[in-house]
Amino acid sequence: MHAIREALAAFRRAPLLTALSTAMVALALYVVGLFAVASYNLHEALERVEERVEVVVYVRDDARDSEIQLLEEELRSMEEVADTRYYSKEDALQRARVDLPEFEELFTDLEVNPLPASVEVELGAGFRTPESVARVADRASIYPFVEATRYGQEWVDRLFLLRRIGGITTAILGSAFAVVAALIIGTAVRIAIFARREEIHVMRLVGATHGFIRRPFLLEGALTGILGGGLAVALTYASYLGVSRLIFRLEWIPLEWVVAGIAAGGLFGLLASAFALRRYLREV
Amino acid sequence: MIKLNHVTKEYARRGKALDDVSFQVKKGEFAFLTGHSGSGKSTTLRLIHMADFPTGGEVLVCGFSSNVTTPRDVWKLRRRVGFVFQEFRLLPGRTALQNVTFALEVTGTPRKELASQGRRLLAQVGLAVKSGMQAHELSGGEQQRVAIARALANEPLVLLADEPTGNLDERAARGIMELFRDLNARGMAVLMATHDLDLVRAYPDVRVLELNEGRLVFDSAAPEVADEPAPARDA
Repeated sequence: MHAIREALAAFRRAPLLTALSTAMVALALYVVGLFAVASYNLHEALERVEERVEVVVYVRDDARDSEIQLLEEELRSMEEVADTRYYSKEDALQRARVDLPEFEELFTDLEVNPLPASVEVELGAGFRTPESVARVADRASIYPFVEATRYGQEWVDRLFLLRRIGGITTAILGSAFAVVAALIIGTAVRIAIFARREEIHVMRLVGATHGFIRRPFLLEGALTGILGGGLAVALTYASYLGVSRLIFRLEWIPLEWVVAGIAAGGLFGLLASAFALRRYLREV
Repeated sequence: MIKLNHVTKEYARRGKALDDVSFQVKKGEFAFLTGHSGSGKSTTLRLIHMADFPTGGEVLVCGFSSNVTTPRDVWKLRRRVGFVFQEFRLLPGRTALQNVTFALEVTGTPRKELASQGRRLLAQVGLAVKSGMQAHELSGGEQQRVAIARALANEPLVLLADEPTGNLDERAARGIMELFRDLNARGMAVLMATHDLDLVRAYPDVRVLELNEGRLVFDSAAPEVADEPAPARDA
């Protein structure tokens, strides 16, 4: 109870210092928040592109229905494959007419349908990698009635290279931002504790235990971090709304990220307090 | 109550601050600790308060030995030994009463008793009527009285004072001295460091311990001193 009372009293006694510490924490986490929104949206965009990765298996005109059915069954039994869809020659022509209306006349004048039947293979989440795609294509190619398989190897390779670069960049920049945020939060909390070093000294003087001294400061550090985290979320959300309305549509980060961000603020504040206090508690 | 056994304190850069110092202050005794600046007065008080530990010998205070007590356990000693500084060290932004109740709260006084106990302590140092004033609104003498009231929060057996009158005018200094005498009369041992020899001379019945360059060079209670005229203390 004393710890809670003292932590809250410290906010009341030095509102400017509290506001400054909270603002420093908020700004540090705001940068992290903006980065989180950017990386989340990049990740989502890549996911959407990735969902379009599929293998198309073209079958010869003389392939029997039972053979195609067997092919589909075998492909569906692979862990990489989520689903398969068969498109007959007629379906292919129909789709071509819809997709390429400018060639409508050409398609009408055809005496023979030149488009092959095909099986489109949808890959499961987590299996849209160049290796999985190639494995599925190789399996389909074994069948003699399969004329060709297409999956845009070059395109898939580039997509995954882009994804890898994105992942590494996110990890490096994210870590750097997190470290900078931790240092700023640490400094803000240290300043707050430095301002109250005389209080710590008096507590030591009259016989306070380490725990008694530490508790309100830890709580204060955690509260500063949580408040700063909350403020950072509000600032990030305002920026997200602004960009979404004025420039281009963005996705808001998941709730778990928001909670994790605020909790990280609290944890950083708590750890920074514990670290800063060590020095003053060492002074007997 | 306080016993220093061949105590030496050596710092890496400054060298020896105390050199083989031994003396004892008994329960209910009042003693001045005098000497030049840098003679080792503050170091002695810090060792007694266990704000620092000796590099040789042993300090015994209220049953706590410097050879056994760890920095984590020092709080137990602090609840039996009060400390008053020259520069008061009151918490800014708090009233006289809040400065005292802060110490009471730290030492576990129930919340509902804080105000009444704080006022009682302030009354004991003659500041009952100024309990609501901010620390900076009080005079130097009054601030030192608040600091003493704070030091009394634990009902200590020993009161250590490091130049408590150093920042005060003569009248205020006498007032603080009378307060110490009053506390001593109630059974509290008082060890007061001062370089003010006029103040020391004004209380001839008080024991004097004199340090010079880290060595105890004079003890008015020592048997040889009792037999002979006390050496001149004009340092």
